[in-house]
Amino acid sequence: MADTMQTTTTSTPRKADTNPVTRFFRATEVDTRLLGMIGALLIIWIGFNILTDGLFLTPRNLWNLTVQTSSVAVMATGMVLVIVTRNIDLSVGSILGFTGMLMGVMQAQILPEWLGFGHPAIWALALAGGLVVGAMVGALHGLVIAFLGVPSFIVTLGGLLIWRGATWFVTSGQTVAPMDPTFRLMGGGTTGSIGATWSWIVGLVACLAIIAAIINARRQRMRFSFPRKPVWAEYVIGGIGCATVLGFVLVANSYYWPVAIARRYAEANNIAWPDGGLQIAHGIAIPVLIAIGAGIVMTFIATRLRFGRYVFAIGGNPEAAELAGIKTRWVTVRIFALMGMLCAVAAAISTARLNAATNAQGELDELYTIAAAVIGGTSLAGGVGTIAGAMLGALVMQSLQSGMVLLGIDTPLQRIVVGAVLVLAVWLDTVYRARAK
Amino acid sequence: MTDQNTPLVEMKNISISFGGIHAVENASIDLYPGEVVALLGHNGAGKSTLIKILSGAYRRDAGDILINGEPADIRNPRDAKGHGIETIYQTLAVADNVDAAANLYLGRELQTPWGTLDDVAMEANARKVMGRLNPNFKRFKEPVKALSGGQRQSVAIARAILFDARILIMDEPTAALGPQETAQVGDLIKQLKLDGIGIFLISHDIHDVFDLADRVFVMKNGQVVGHARTSDVTKDEVLGMIILGKCPPGAIPGPGAMVAA
Repeated sequence: MADTMQTTTTSTPRKADTNPVTRFFRATEVDTRLLGMIGALLIIWIGFNILTDGLFLTPRNLWNLTVQTSSVAVMATGMVLVIVTRNIDLSVGSILGFTGMLMGVMQAQILPEWLGFGHPAIWALALAGGLVVGAMVGALHGLVIAFLGVPSFIVTLGGLLIWRGATWFVTSGQTVAPMDPTFRLMGGGTTGSIGATWSWIVGLVACLAIIAAIINARRQRMRFSFPRKPVWAEYVIGGIGCATVLGFVLVANSYYWPVAIARRYAEANNIAWPDGGLQIAHGIAIPVLIAIGAGIVMTFIATRLRFGRYVFAIGGNPEAAELAGIKTRWVTVRIFALMGMLCAVAAAISTARLNAATNAQGELDELYTIAAAVIGGTSLAGGVGTIAGAMLGALVMQSLQSGMVLLGIDTPLQRIVVGAVLVLAVWLDTVYRARAK
Repeated sequence: MTDQNTPLVEMKNISISFGGIHAVENASIDLYPGEVVALLGHNGAGKSTLIKILSGAYRRDAGDILINGEPADIRNPRDAKGHGIETIYQTLAVADNVDAAANLYLGRELQTPWGTLDDVAMEANARKVMGRLNPNFKRFKEPVKALSGGQRQSVAIARAILFDARILIMDEPTAALGPQETAQVGDLIKQLKLDGIGIFLISHDIHDVFDLADRVFVMKNGQVVGHARTSDVTKDEVLGMIILGKCPPGAIPGPGAMVAA
């Protein structure tokens, strides 16, 4: 009894006598870890901006940054669930290569023979085929891990070699190109963006969704008369959320088409070429939308569905999960199937961006994906991790690389820096967790 | 309370052997609603084996189990749960990284009509149950990891209550806990008694047993030495039962009692 008395008495005065900053964080219930990551990201951005004399924080660079991040970010969302259940997936890069190659062959060679060249269904069929194969490869890994009891490290290490080899066998090592024009939109670029108007519409819908989510959460808690956040805290969170979304749209809309493409577009559409040049905004790139969509869907799965609850429960205490009647083995299979499917989504983005499917596609991506998840706060001990954190982690890694490219740093040195940052990030996280206890 | 007519649980003449060794031989125990019955004995005396027959982990070779006077066929843990028998494990079987409500409903989450988790409804019920068991419990939003051992144990017990357990088996519920937390679990057990739940308590700690239990059954070498109301015997007499198998005058001797010389 005395124990609980103590905890309740210490928690009450804590609110009163702490400084305004701590009180602010407590009232808004923001994840301080996530906040720290955003802080680190901003420091990296501003640092590179100073070092490159303002080249880093330009609409063009930021826009490219988001496009380059999207493929790894998509896979990182799945890697969170894998690592949360105390597993690892080393095969994601190879699955990306394999499904990318299959999608390439389907749209460049197989489907045109059946449907005729340029048939409008080709991109969708190729994508669907890739997703199914990705899910099947992942499920196969999951079955071996869950039912045959082979550690995931070994199964996916085998997968890393097997699927890279299988990629070679699809075309005997030949590169497949070009991709279907519609499929290529998934890679971003001038045409693979949704333009200024649609970007604003997407931004406004996102803002409305944020506000609706806040109101709904508040209503739900009112229904059961639970303690609620102060109203000002809700306004602050809603305001910051909407400002971030609209700021992002503004940046995407400030990056205009290259002059040559704009001129060609003007000629094709009989638009008079104005004196100052025609400024057509890119808007949000489609791969970025895909990545954000994947992030939202995966967050929903992880936090709102039973499946997600089971994933975290298994990560926290596998025996307790088993005793509670959770079919832990099937959950594992489903996690890996989901991971495989996300690899196929990432493969679609990267083959579309490259406009080709190659043998080497996705090499080393498994390491970047794992690093993104871990930098994003996913604990290798299991049970802890967020999708948003992993996506931010991917953005941090890509920012580092992109900044170093702008600075003209050689690839070997880039790798050294990225590797050092990974270790540093995990060390800082360990320190943070030890303090939090 | 022991004078009520039908026992909640009656295990009659239970025997089980593993490879020719009689782990439990002709043992009979009973439990009434709102009663705490402690099972005592050395390691290997057969108390855990006997209770695992009730929780469905082992199948008996001979004997009958009656629940509310009706014969019950318990073949596996699911059957036992179907009869309202829940086991609290000494290893604190909770998922550390999710909050109390998620643990209470683990495996039986409430869902909204759209198939998503109804977290608010689960939290509401969790607050209700926890408020009854442990009114000081306020930390519903934190992962269970942040709680003390006693609070975690109360989460595990609340989980059993939520699933309409009428018979609780607590295997060394305080073994992993400090003195304050042990006291907390003791309060919980008293609370559960008031709700008419019957509890089998397996413990090594004779002080705990005298604090909490209404009756004790002592086992030795797979047999019941005897049983007694805790008010009728002293701790030393019970120790004598455990060590020597000697039945004091206040106890009712069983088949395993040492025959008086």
